[in-house]
Amino acid sequence: MNLHEYQAKDLFAQFSIPVPTGGVVWNAEDALNIIRELNTDRWVVKAQVHAGGRGKAGGVRLVSNKEELEAAAKDLLGKRLVTYQTDERGQPVNQLLIEETCNIDRELYLGAVVDRSQQRIVFMASTEGGVEIEKVAEETPEKIVKVVVDPLVGIQPFQCREVAFKLNLSGAQVKQFTQIMMNLSDMFTSCDLSLLEVNPLVVTKEGQLVCLDGKINVDDNALYRQNKIREMRDATQEDERENRARDWELNYIALDGDIGCMVNGAGLAMATMDLVKLHGGSPANFLDVGGGATKERVTEAFKIILSDENVKGILVNIFGGIVRCDLIADGIIGAVAEVEMNVPVVVRLEGNNAELGAKKLNESGLNIIAAKSLTDAAEQIVAAVRK
Amino acid sequence: MSVLINKATKVICQGFTGKQGTFHSQQAIEYGTNMVGGVTPGKGGQKHLDLPVFNTVREAVEATGADASVIYVPAPFCKDSIIEAADAGIRLIVCITEGIPTLDMLDAKYYIDKNTDARLIGPNCPGVITPGECKIGIMPGHIHKPGKVGIVSRSGTLTYEAVKQTTDLGFGQSTCIGIGGDPIPGTSFIDALTLFADDPQTEAIVMVGEIGGTAEEEAAEFIKDHVNKPVVSYIAGVTAPAGKRMGHAGAIISGGKGTAAEKFAALEAAGVHTVKAPTDIGKGIAEVTGW
Repeated sequence: MNLHEYQAKDLFAQFSIPVPTGGVVWNAEDALNIIRELNTDRWVVKAQVHAGGRGKAGGVRLVSNKEELEAAAKDLLGKRLVTYQTDERGQPVNQLLIEETCNIDRELYLGAVVDRSQQRIVFMASTEGGVEIEKVAEETPEKIVKVVVDPLVGIQPFQCREVAFKLNLSGAQVKQFTQIMMNLSDMFTSCDLSLLEVNPLVVTKEGQLVCLDGKINVDDNALYRQNKIREMRDATQEDERENRARDWELNYIALDGDIGCMVNGAGLAMATMDLVKLHGGSPANFLDVGGGATKERVTEAFKIILSDENVKGILVNIFGGIVRCDLIADGIIGAVAEVEMNVPVVVRLEGNNAELGAKKLNESGLNIIAAKSLTDAAEQIVAAVRK
Repeated sequence: MSVLINKATKVICQGFTGKQGTFHSQQAIEYGTNMVGGVTPGKGGQKHLDLPVFNTVREAVEATGADASVIYVPAPFCKDSIIEAADAGIRLIVCITEGIPTLDMLDAKYYIDKNTDARLIGPNCPGVITPGECKIGIMPGHIHKPGKVGIVSRSGTLTYEAVKQTTDLGFGQSTCIGIGGDPIPGTSFIDALTLFADDPQTEAIVMVGEIGGTAEEEAAEFIKDHVNKPVVSYIAGVTAPAGKRMGHAGAIISGGKGTAAEKFAALEAAGVHTVKAPTDIGKGIAEVTGW
């Protein structure tokens, strides 16, 4: 799950990590109120969306009076922001974060992830903050300092000091940086994060360190024990159908093709999409119905797939595993009848009683084609959609 | 010979009396797996599926001599269950449960590696099977056939595709290992490849990967230097967009890394025979082995 910048900064503040003074608003009126509590002559107005690249897309504005602030707020709120990280529709802007400005001397980068190869939390830091850090990592990897956190003892102050000196910090800044990094590490584990980025972490002309931006991803699997964070979910930033699917414990991701796919198992679902493509078709979605391909779940999955008006046909690929295929066929037939299917459905069933399942599908009198194999299924659905 | 498990493997089940534990233990017993008991705290002393139930893994190990355990307990309790099994001297721990917090797995793996010789398979995986001898997990036993192909995969049902194709062509499988789709798996591709490379029964290897992470790239490096047997590989997720988590927590392309194209290229450079369609895995084995 992703958090907004203002939510990330709230968490930073809870862990005594310095952020600019500011507040989040939902309308222009509140924006005008909030600046009374701010102490700078200029303020920064930041659109809150789950995507990077806001600055270049006009989602971050510098304003120096009430008129400019009001104009910026009215312009941004309610609009969809398109950045290089969003699709062409963009993400809706429902909140603005309004903050004091600061005198930036240097922009650093500080981030942490769960590194899969090392199976550890790894911190990354760089003197090249503010710019696209992926580019720095790719073109000048020597400019990224890495620190591995031991799961037993956790991060140690010396590790933070080492990074601080490599970032050319000195004096009180070293101490301040160490505190920030220690607290971020504490936050990472206490909040079950999977990714954390402070970009930029600025050094002000006055010599203070401040987290000017914050990006946080939380491990979905741990949300059951993160009550406060779970409530921070902003469904408006996510695909409506993906949310609906989640309510049914279906895993759905919208794509831009015209062949709907329903598969059991994530790996097989990806493989099925790949096969559709290989046969000249274009998948409309990823959908994993999981282990229990019951009539209710299949019905809901069909409804979600069909709510995408680009869908011209549906490919169902179920490897029955331990559940008998004739029972799965019954479920599919019931679901097709219930949703009043108006596009062709090609079904490939494999596993126990697969032949009986195929026979039932073919004799259902509905617009269902039972495929002889996975290859046959891909060919049939591509042909059916082209018609 | 096979790897990890065989007829002699004594298996217990953690979460034995629960719905999943009951169903899949029954299936395993029917398949011929040497199930010797199970663990459900508070139900020790009872019988379930005609087998003894124990309160702790330690008691189960002392009473039955179990050397493998399969875990079906709910995700919030898996870290505890995995560490309990390792601490009690279980040699092979197979964790089927999905949805375990990544930091829990990080701790559990750290504990196992530092303090025990146990091997963990999974989590979020179908399990391990040596056809005709021992089935630990949720895979359908009937599609397997004793034989000479070792299969290792990050995905469940996609593993079944590879199994079915190698069965239909008559090659059969030595052992199939589902390492699972999570970011921190107990056993990596390299671990599984090492086992298959040393196993005389395994004459060829199928490796089924998917987008996300760099495990396939690391496996490719390893194969180049350490595996003399033919390897056929398929990677799922060519059509997956960047930044989207495709079901498995591990299957996400981030920062342009972990794409299927990169993985195919790394494997091909290591001399692996890659197939672009999941339906061509069996055919690929036939081509590289001449069978």
